[in-house]
Formats: sequence, C-alpha cells, structure tokens
Amino acid sequence: MNEHVIQFIYLASGASFILALKWMSAPTTARRGVWIGEAGMLLAIIGTLLRAEIVSFTWIVVALFIGSAIGIPMAFFMPMTAMPQRIALSHAFGALAAALVGTSEFYLHSPNITKFTMTALGIEVVLGFLTFTGSLMAFGKLQEVLPQRPIVYRGQNVMNLGILAAAIGLIVALVVDPGHKELFPVMAALALAFGVLLIIPIGGADMPTVISLLNSYAGLSGAAMGFVLDNKVLIIAGALDGSSGFLLSLIMSRAMNRSFRNVLFGAFGQIQAGAAEEAEERPVRSGNAEEAAMILDAARLVIIVPGYGLAVAQAQHKVKELADMLLKRGVDVKFAIHPVAGRMPGHMNVLLADADVPYDLLFEMDTINPEFAQADVALVVGANDVTNPAARSEKGSPIYGMPILEVDKAQTVMVVKRSMAPGFAGIPNELYYLEKTTMLFGDARAMVTDLVSEVSRLAVGA
Amino acid sequence: MISNIEVGLYVFVLATFLGYEVIRRVPSLLHTPLMSLTNAISGISLVGSLILAGSRRSTLSTILGTIAVTASTINVVGGFLITDRMLRMFRRREPRQPRQQPAEDPKSP
Repeated sequence: MNEHVIQFIYLASGASFILALKWMSAPTTARRGVWIGEAGMLLAIIGTLLRAEIVSFTWIVVALFIGSAIGIPMAFFMPMTAMPQRIALSHAFGALAAALVGTSEFYLHSPNITKFTMTALGIEVVLGFLTFTGSLMAFGKLQEVLPQRPIVYRGQNVMNLGILAAAIGLIVALVVDPGHKELFPVMAALALAFGVLLIIPIGGADMPTVISLLNSYAGLSGAAMGFVLDNKVLIIAGALDGSSGFLLSLIMSRAMNRSFRNVLFGAFGQIQAGAAEEAEERPVRSGNAEEAAMILDAARLVIIVPGYGLAVAQAQHKVKELADMLLKRGVDVKFAIHPVAGRMPGHMNVLLADADVPYDLLFEMDTINPEFAQADVALVVGANDVTNPAARSEKGSPIYGMPILEVDKAQTVMVVKRSMAPGFAGIPNELYYLEKTTMLFGDARAMVTDLVSEVSRLAVGA
Repeated sequence: MISNIEVGLYVFVLATFLGYEVIRRVPSLLHTPLMSLTNAISGISLVGSLILAGSRRSTLSTILGTIAVTASTINVVGGFLITDRMLRMFRRREPRQPRQQPAEDPKSP
C-alpha cells in the first residue's frame, strides 16, 4: 500500500515539472514555474525517503548538508556574466551523480542484469561520465582557466569517433554478458576521455550550443537511470531535460549558421584561416561622443544592439543609463537581441535585466528586424558578426545565410568598437564601411559613459 | 499485460514530445532561466543517489551514494536558487508616466 502512495507522490512530482516548464513561457509566470519546480523536487525527495529500501539516513543527511553548503553560496554570489560557467559546472555535478549511481548498480547486481537494464545502465554511465568531464572542460574554457581557442589536430575526429565507438562496443559486450566486470572500468574511462576530447576542438563562440547539448545529455542520462531503477519520475524529468537541451542546441546552431555536426566536429579553425587574407585598408568615418550624442538626442527611435563585447567591458549599467536618459528626453529606445548575443541562449537578456533594463524594451530578432527601417539610429555596442550584411548578400562568405540583425537598414548607424579587428568569424564587417555608419572607437564602457554625459549636457542646455 | 519496461518507454516517448512542445513556447527572452531550471530539474538524479546512499547494500555503494547525493544536491539547490534570483531581475517598465525615476531600489540584485 505504501508503494502506491509513493507512486502517487512521484506522479505529482512529474506533473509539477511539466507545469514548471510550461510556466516558463512568460516572464509574468516564470517565477511561479520555479516554485512549482522546487515543490516537484521536494515531492520526489519525500517520495524517495519513504521507500522501504532506505534504512539509514546518516549519510543522506551529511551529503544533503554538504551539497547545500556548496550550492547555496554558489547561487548567491555568482555574477550574471558567469552564468554559463555555473550551469556547466552544475551539469557536471548532476551527471557525476547519475554515473556513480549507475556504477554502483552495476557492481551490486552483476552478473544478474537483464539485457534491457544493462543497455540502459550502459547509456546512463557513458552519458553521465562524458557529460561530467565535458562540462568540466566547458567550465574551464568559459572561466578561462583553459585556452578558449579551439585546439585541432590531424586525425582528431577519427580518434574521437573511435573512442566513442569503443565505449559503445563495450556496452554491447556487457549487454551480451553482464558478468564481465573487468570491462566496466574501461568503458567508464573511455567515456571520461571522450568528454574531454569532445570539447577540446570547440571554441568559445560555440559554447552556447555545447552547453545546451550537455544539458540534453545530463537529462538523458537521468532518464536512463529511470529505466535502470524502474522509476517513472526520473524518466519524465530526464526526458523533459533531454528534449529541452536538444531543442535549444538546434536553435543556437541555426542562429549561428552552423550545422550541429559542424559545431561538434570543429570546422571553425579553417574558417578563421581562410578569411584573414582580405585586410586591405578602406576608409571609415569615425566620430566622437559629442556629435553622436546630438544625433541620438534628435532621434525619434533609437535601437540599441548589444553584443557580448558590452558585457566584457561591463558597460550594461551605463547603457541602461543612456537608455533612461534618452527615454526621458522623449526618444523611443528599443534593444535588439540576437539569439547568440552572449555565451549561452538568452544570456544577453539576463545581463540587461541585471542592469535593470525592463524586459519590455528587449526585442528578439524577428520582431525588431522590420523596425530598423524606421529607426533613426542603430547603436551597436560590442556586437559584430551578427550585424554583418554580408550574411545576406555575399554567397562566398562563411557567414552567408546566418540570420542577422538588419542594422544597415537604419537611417544612421553608430558602432562602438575598440578597433577594426574582425569578430569570431574572422571576416571584415561590411557595415562599418557604409556611408551612414559612424565608428565610435574606444572601450565600450568609456564611450557609453561619454555619451551619457554629452546627452545630459544637452538636456541641461535645453 | 504490458511490462514495466514498456510502460517506461511510453512515459519516455510521451514526455519527450511534451517537453519539446512546452519548451518551444518559451520565448528567447527566458532561455537562460529555462536552461538553469532544466539544469535544476536534471538534478533529479538525486532520487537514485538517495536510494543508493540510504540502502546500506555495500560499503562501495554507500560511499558512491554519498558522493552522488552531495553532487546532485549542489545541482538541485544551486539550480533552483539561481533561477529564481535571475527571474527576480526581470521586470516591466512602470506603467506609462512621462518621467520615471530610474533608481527606485538600487540595492536589489
């Protein structure tokens, strides 16, 4: 009878997770989504603790305590710019747990494991371990303790695929005969190695896709654990995460004009090599904060295009100040957010929200693109490739076909940029050479600060 | 009579499609909190870890279980708290009034 109660608790928990994701579809209900997600997790924990197998609580309490002692400060003190790293690290922990549970299940039950359970167990352990090291590597690259640039060498893909194939081969061998205990550590080691090698060739700019993909793997590993332990709430939660991560990585790679395969098998290095040659000097118009402020002040609609460079320069708060000031002066201000502006999906929105920019000023690409034609000024801060009109016009360009923000359709374009150096794709940006474009050279934060003070001078003068 | 395995597969397939449909409706504005939330939910491996740590089946499984509970607790606790912290920052413009003072509570994170 108790078993039925537990199953109902699990059912309620699974339903809560679904509601949690559903409520994430609007900013007004999103926090409610988090709360019901927490409730769902609490239910899953209570249901589990009620189970008859659990006879000792000592280590559970100790581990819950240590885990909370690490997790709570991490949640409160991580800056928003470090969000991608934090999520990568968190994936690593969750995946490690799944892998360890699988490992222990194997040694407890081998050789009496059915073929189906062994298959699920193999998937759980391999995905768990590769997500563990892969996420740690992603963390290292994002935190810049490891080099960000992709490391590519001859035969890399062959070697990586070979290792993955060997790990899968060992799963098959264990399914055929689960008594081969000696094969298990080899399989685990291969999965750990594959996780490292998978991330080595991937550059910093591709991290949004990779983090989403690791999210998906962590979920699938959990779902596989659900099959091993015959636990439906694990299956539900794992499947939800699996599809979520997969969908997000599809969206990300589409926004970057890359196929999935292309991201995973690191072709970015070649693009950079091919593009560097064309660096002839062409004239650009450069301006200063004073004239720029006058144009901004006279505009009716200003669209600000923030890129990751803005976050690197810590200019979010200054940009918010500028937007406020212009709004007060009767100028309509909108922010245009490209899907890959940042280091993970939706990152720029969080960074701007952190700077107190209200979210109804933030517009996604498809909504804002038709508005550029009506905009008097498009102000680009720290964004590059996502504004390059070559994506629309130049068939030969490596970014051809990539969805871009149509900044060049605005009446005037201002670009805040340190120098003429190309962006991640390594190609010159046609936007900078247009008649209507003014380059504002300088550090994003310093330049926007200047703009703020110039605009406020105009405000006082008037 | 269908087996547990088959029921499990049904649940998996249906939940995958449901997840896809639900998540498709999440605007890109909220993709980072979404990912943070699904990350917290993937800490569901806590369930398996708890069983392992508490069932006293062998020393190895208790040790691995304790490590697993610690790791997944970090994932769960950190994930939910930071998602909430992020979402607290998302707010609308005050209902229209020509000049709004920008800094009403500058200290809130």
